[in-house]
Amino acid sequence: MTGNDAVAAQVPAALEVRDVTKSYPGGVVALDDVSLRIARGDAVAIVGASGSGKSTLLHIMGTLDAPTRGQVLLNGRSTGELADRRLAALRSHHLGFVFQHFHLSERLNATDNVASGLLYNGVPRHRRRAMAQAALERVGLAARATNFPHQLSGGERQRVAIARAVAHGPLVILADEPTGALDSRTGSSVLELLLELNESGTTLVIITHDGGVAGRLPARVEIADGRILGAEGLRT
Amino acid sequence: MRRAANLRRPTHVRRPADDPSLPEPGRLTAIDVLQLATLGLRSRPLRAVLSTLGIAIGMATLVLVVAIPRSSNAALLARLAALGSNLVEAEAEPQPNLPVSFPADAAAMAARIPSVTASAQLGNTSAVVRRSSLINPQQTVGLNVLASSPNLLAVVSGSMYRGRFLQPSTEGFPVAVLGYQAAGSLGIVHASTPSQPERVVIGTRLFTVIGITAPMPVTSDLDWAVFLGWDAARSDLHWGGRASIVYVRAPDRRLSAVSNLLGPTLYPQDPGFVNVSQPSDALAAKRAAQATSSGLLIGLAAVSLLVGGVGIANTMFVAVLERRPEIGLRRALGATRRQIRLQFLGEAVTLSALGGIAGTTIGLLGAAAYALWEHWPVVLPLPVVAASVGGAVCVGAVAGLNPAIRAARLPPTEALAST
Ligand SMILES: Nc1ncnc2c1ncn2[C@@H]1O[C@H](COP(=O)(O)OP(=O)(O)OP(=O)(O)O)[C@@H](O)[C@H]1O
Ligand SMILES: [Mg+2]
Repeated sequence: MTGNDAVAAQVPAALEVRDVTKSYPGGVVALDDVSLRIARGDAVAIVGASGSGKSTLLHIMGTLDAPTRGQVLLNGRSTGELADRRLAALRSHHLGFVFQHFHLSERLNATDNVASGLLYNGVPRHRRRAMAQAALERVGLAARATNFPHQLSGGERQRVAIARAVAHGPLVILADEPTGALDSRTGSSVLELLLELNESGTTLVIITHDGGVAGRLPARVEIADGRILGAEGLRT
Repeated sequence: MRRAANLRRPTHVRRPADDPSLPEPGRLTAIDVLQLATLGLRSRPLRAVLSTLGIAIGMATLVLVVAIPRSSNAALLARLAALGSNLVEAEAEPQPNLPVSFPADAAAMAARIPSVTASAQLGNTSAVVRRSSLINPQQTVGLNVLASSPNLLAVVSGSMYRGRFLQPSTEGFPVAVLGYQAAGSLGIVHASTPSQPERVVIGTRLFTVIGITAPMPVTSDLDWAVFLGWDAARSDLHWGGRASIVYVRAPDRRLSAVSNLLGPTLYPQDPGFVNVSQPSDALAAKRAAQATSSGLLIGLAAVSLLVGGVGIANTMFVAVLERRPEIGLRRALGATRRQIRLQFLGEAVTLSALGGIAGTTIGLLGAAAYALWEHWPVVLPLPVVAASVGGAVCVGAVAGLNPAIRAARLPPTEALAST
């Protein structure tokens, strides 16, 4: 063991997958013996062609799906044996998801959309609004707090979704093609925002098939046909 | 560049499930659940309204069917109470070989029973009444010719439609008073006036009609009677003069004691041959029986409720299908299966409760309008309202259960994928 390894063993990785295989009924192997360790504070791009297994990996890392084989550790804890409600609680405390298509509720304004991210992790009602407003401020949307999604641009919508993902102060942000539905300039500023959040301590995992996006992150993992081809910039 | 693939390191085997430091799922407050439950309704209000129509119609029918007879019953009871439900009737029941009847002073005897406040008697003369002597006595309608105390109307709360009732001063005169229906069947609509005398033939004698009674409020069988003075009946019809029916009034709380004494007082030989009853009871029972004969409508209401439940279940299935991305998102945000189930179950229950409340309100308004139109008291059957809203909620819960379970079982990834 090197000295570095000893330190790493003491501070658990934010997210770790060990020997994870995911096969779907019908014989599709979406992930094939994948191991990956993402330390606290890392900002990792997972790149790969369409169908390479990026989303599958993100879902498994985010405990939304269970691997067929292998282990997923969140903040050093193995998640395999946990009951569904425990996993849900872990997600609500430690993870923040950002999706390509925002997934905002059309009936709720920006603040309430963000506040709905606090619904499931025990934040008392009276604090949710204030926390949501603070999160909107962090993503630069304080002035749009009462706008409904249809009154926002695509970039602003993704910012609302990001505010929702970070309102409770998660350990890790898992973003699946967060710039995929945005033009390149808007996408670039959304990426900038995510990197700022990473700078202030949140671990960041971004899935993208866009090399330009991947290039702006300090670390990259390349995936093809469910296998990791290579990784660079990861702290061990 | 192949570092990342080989990062295995030994760690302690822990059982995180038992780890108390693991976070617990957040609890939703009742307000949270309500807001979640109404979210879907608010985004598709028209669909919500349409899907609750069945429940609303069912509830409206149910409430109407229950509330209207109650109003009519309340009206009847109010009338009975105003007339005094404290009227007791004692009737001699003639036996095959034994002509049971009461003494000629039966009413006076009954009046001596403690607490009796008023009494009157009738005697059945068994005479035949005809419009004129030209009519064959064998072909007459079955009207009872009864000798009556002059105070009969005061005791049975009757009133006059035309003319006057029998007076103590006319006891011995050949005058008659017709019951309302009796007058109708004899074709007489006016009491005698000096210029236009009305007469009927009773037995073989002519009697002058001095009055017609209004329909009797409680003792409606007296509407088919012809009343004569006691002395006139004895002298003109050669009738024995024994009484066959006695009416008494007594305070409500003494009613049963008085009832028990009537038989022994009036027919001490065998009190069992005296049939004692409260005419108001019979009337109320008859009306109650009419009120409950609306089984068909209740069946209709039940069918609408069933259809309403199916409508809500259908809406919820569609909603769960449509909102799969939302379900996936909520799961990603940390909603447990139970919380998803609660949200959709809450939505179904809210839908049906709203339908139930709307239907109940419509039903109540309809019933109130009908009651006002009929001049009946407006009755709010609150237990029925509570039960029907409760029933609607149950229908919603049953209808929403399966869709909610499906929503909860949806794997998050599958839900998220269906954008
Ligand atoms: N539910 C499923 N059932 C069967 N096969 C699946 C399922 N989900 C994904 N797959 C398969 O697993 C492989 C990886 O899919 P995944 O969604 O992870 O790819 P991806 O890298 O995210 O692609 P994209 O860039 O197009 O989003 C694909 O071949 C896909 O067809
Ligand atoms: Mg994908």
